[in-house]
Amino acid sequence: MMAKTFHGIVAMALIASMLPGPVAAQSGNVTVIQNGTILTVTKGTMQKGSVLIRDGKIAEVGTNVKVPAGATVIDATGMYVSPGIIDCHSHIAAEGSINEGSIAVSSMVAIADVLDPDDIDIYRELAGGTTTSNVLHGSANPIGGLNAVIKHRWGKDAKGLIFEGAPPGIKFALGENPKRSNSPPQPGQVRRYPNTRMGVMDVIRQAFIDAREYKKTWDAYNKRVAAGEKNAIPPRRDLKLEPLVEILEGKRMVHSHGYRSDELRQLLLLAEEFGFRVRTLQHVLEGYKIAKEMAQHGVGGSTFSDWWSYKNEAYDAIPYNAAIMAKYGVVVSINSDSAEEARHLNQEAAKTMKYGGMSETEALKMVTINPAIQLGIDKRVGSIETGKDADLVIWNKHPLSIYAVAQTSIIDGTVYFDRKKDIEHRAEIEKEKKGLVEKEKAAAPARQGPPGKAPGAEGAPGGRRRPPMSTDGGAR
Amino acid sequence: MKAPARNVKTETQRAQRMHGVQRGKIALVALTLLAMLAPIASAQGGKTYAITGAKIYTLAGPPIANGTVVIKDGKIAAVGANVSVPSGAQVINAKGLEVYPGMFNAVSQVGLVEVGQGEPGTVDLNELGDFNPQIVAAMAVHPASEHIPVVRAAGITHTVSVPGGGVMSGQGSLIHMSGWVIDEMLGKKSAALVLNWPTLAPGGGGFGGGGGGGFGARRPFSELKQEYERRVTEIENWLERARHYAQAAEKGSKDNFTRDEKLEALVPVVKGEVPVLVMANDDRDIRNAVEFCEKQKLRMILGRGREAWKVKDLLKQKNIPVILGRTHALPAGEDEPYDKPYSAPGELAAAGVKIAFATFDIEFVRRLPNEAGQAVGYGLSHEDALKAVTINPAQMFGVDKELGTIEQGKIANIIVTSGDPLELQTDVRYLFIKGQLTSTDNKHRQLYEKYRTRP
Repeated sequence: MMAKTFHGIVAMALIASMLPGPVAAQSGNVTVIQNGTILTVTKGTMQKGSVLIRDGKIAEVGTNVKVPAGATVIDATGMYVSPGIIDCHSHIAAEGSINEGSIAVSSMVAIADVLDPDDIDIYRELAGGTTTSNVLHGSANPIGGLNAVIKHRWGKDAKGLIFEGAPPGIKFALGENPKRSNSPPQPGQVRRYPNTRMGVMDVIRQAFIDAREYKKTWDAYNKRVAAGEKNAIPPRRDLKLEPLVEILEGKRMVHSHGYRSDELRQLLLLAEEFGFRVRTLQHVLEGYKIAKEMAQHGVGGSTFSDWWSYKNEAYDAIPYNAAIMAKYGVVVSINSDSAEEARHLNQEAAKTMKYGGMSETEALKMVTINPAIQLGIDKRVGSIETGKDADLVIWNKHPLSIYAVAQTSIIDGTVYFDRKKDIEHRAEIEKEKKGLVEKEKAAAPARQGPPGKAPGAEGAPGGRRRPPMSTDGGAR
Repeated sequence: MKAPARNVKTETQRAQRMHGVQRGKIALVALTLLAMLAPIASAQGGKTYAITGAKIYTLAGPPIANGTVVIKDGKIAAVGANVSVPSGAQVINAKGLEVYPGMFNAVSQVGLVEVGQGEPGTVDLNELGDFNPQIVAAMAVHPASEHIPVVRAAGITHTVSVPGGGVMSGQGSLIHMSGWVIDEMLGKKSAALVLNWPTLAPGGGGFGGGGGGGFGARRPFSELKQEYERRVTEIENWLERARHYAQAAEKGSKDNFTRDEKLEALVPVVKGEVPVLVMANDDRDIRNAVEFCEKQKLRMILGRGREAWKVKDLLKQKNIPVILGRTHALPAGEDEPYDKPYSAPGELAAAGVKIAFATFDIEFVRRLPNEAGQAVGYGLSHEDALKAVTINPAQMFGVDKELGTIEQGKIANIIVTSGDPLELQTDVRYLFIKGQLTSTDNKHRQLYEKYRTRP
């Protein structure tokens, strides 16, 4: 990363201090959202319903909820209440690069090590109703790094973002990205193996052969220790193979990027060969061609709504993909892979109604309970049910309409985004920005360059001076 | 030129067959198959159609609750509540459906790009060199592109496809989303000259609408300014030469005159006959471009205009229309409100600036209605949003006498929908392009049909 310039620091400090932070909807930690249309997703839709939140959990849902004394009341008359949206494929809040592209197997690196709680995308997506994201390593490697499932708790530190208790996962990638089709080596640079889909499969197979051997050494050691042997020497730890052993033991979820049905099928067969189950196929744009095999394997499909043609392996992508996979019994989610797309996943889900005739509930599931199932967090989030985390979004219109605007986003019962407050704060932000710019002008009159604009305001969407995320890099 | 009759017929039949299959009406399919044997429409006129019983949003007046549109010879022959169906017309019973002008994606890359990345053989977008006013999109638009049927199935009946790259990228061409050869598709060969305004934005020094430069490219302002001025002088010189060229062509001796394709292409531009689509995002760049175009007497359309909202009063005052880049975009900076790209279209319209929506790309062309719809949630009126994907861009490119509303005499680019065309779930049930009932079948539907019934 480039050193942050003064403007950058100003902008960041400004944002962090000025954007409305979390407001614990407290007073005894009890909140009631009243009189809205409750889209529970799993238990039907309720007109004029209420949700009672106690200590961050949903305590009661119904049309007859009594407001406890001292409870905070949010009036949702004429509004729609949905579960917080879950994005099963994100790269936000990861400082710097998300690709350890120098090697083909990078299972020793972890997104949790680079989580950036100041990434404004956390807030922007929250303002679009997204409350949980699966932050993944990039797709430059057949076996990539470890994921981090986060909640968009804007204002908390990196640790505070982590979705505590979410099962661990890892990113795999197939096809054009890991074989580096679209990023030719610089002059003098040697191409990295693999260069073909055959090589990609070889890399993965060899890694699991190694992992099996590694596991054997540890199993043998553990057996000796269990038998009471005092002087057994533990095997040397291998941070690359440890996560792969966890996969073999069913303790770590594989989320694999892939487009073409042939490569996706090969991965499923390889997993079956090694006795594990792939948790999700990511993007899976040709999932519709192998929906039957996906259902048999028990793998989820996490796809785009209507992206296509941006590269060869996306040329057979169809917007009916989600609907076909769902029809064959695959658990399907619609993901973003983009800080922009993640601001309107509700709309992307709605497209499955147009393309493939999904019902409203089926469409909503694709960005709520289904991604929760795929990430193994469905006991906690993804629907409005008693006992679940109070991760909720209040919309002014039905969230499957293009015209719906998220008004309030709540995580663990705490309001992390409130549209009214956001709008109220804007004048203040503007004023403070002006003041800071004036101050800087006065302090450094000789400094070259136009004042008044944060560096990186152009070029890098999102404003932060960060390397552009190439489509090859991690995004799609 | 009209399509050979046989081909017109086939397209029509495919359209009907598709609708039949969609609704599972075997009988209709059978009828359609029978119709294949019937005598075909005349090559000159094409068929006469009457869309009846629908709510018609003409966008030239209040909606007609239960009206009829008659389409004849490729044109709208009549529209209204009390229009009678001509004998022999094919009747589309659109009871419960809605009728709108076909949508206009004001700027795209349709026909010039098939697969964006990794397949340079399918990309004809950026010519070499900085000044290519002679380059014309229509020369490379591929009528058999799989994108075209996909795009029109979303209710987009025409677009201005534009080349990119350099300073003067070339000319965008208005194309209809149907045709066996380019001459059948072509609406207007020279719809606009694309001018990528040199940017002064930090991190700039590139072209393509102020987004140039990118990471690590922050350069001293003085250096940027120098380059900027050099570029602007170059543009000035080209325009000046074009003026001289026009003079020589009109008044000079024929013996001493040599044709120059580049200057020839610029003549209608300097005469204000062909608009200049100026790509700029940064507010200062926009101001500079407006000033320049005024001085040069060019007809400016602002393209992309991410920060157009900052200079909306100027744009209104100078009567500069804006073709906005995607509404679904991230804010320009961390300190910009999260919803600025959503609210900017409404702010511009409220200030009296004429706006249109466009995707500027190939991949998301079909998302056009949703780009407009998104702005409605954040302040743009629904009517203005509809106009921004129909009549407004038609006015900008000077084709509003032919396109953009449902009015007698206009080209019959019309969609019959299940409802609000900007809404996510809405289906396009019937589609007319240049007065022909056109198939909504496409690669995506074909793959859907093939794989959803996989045993």
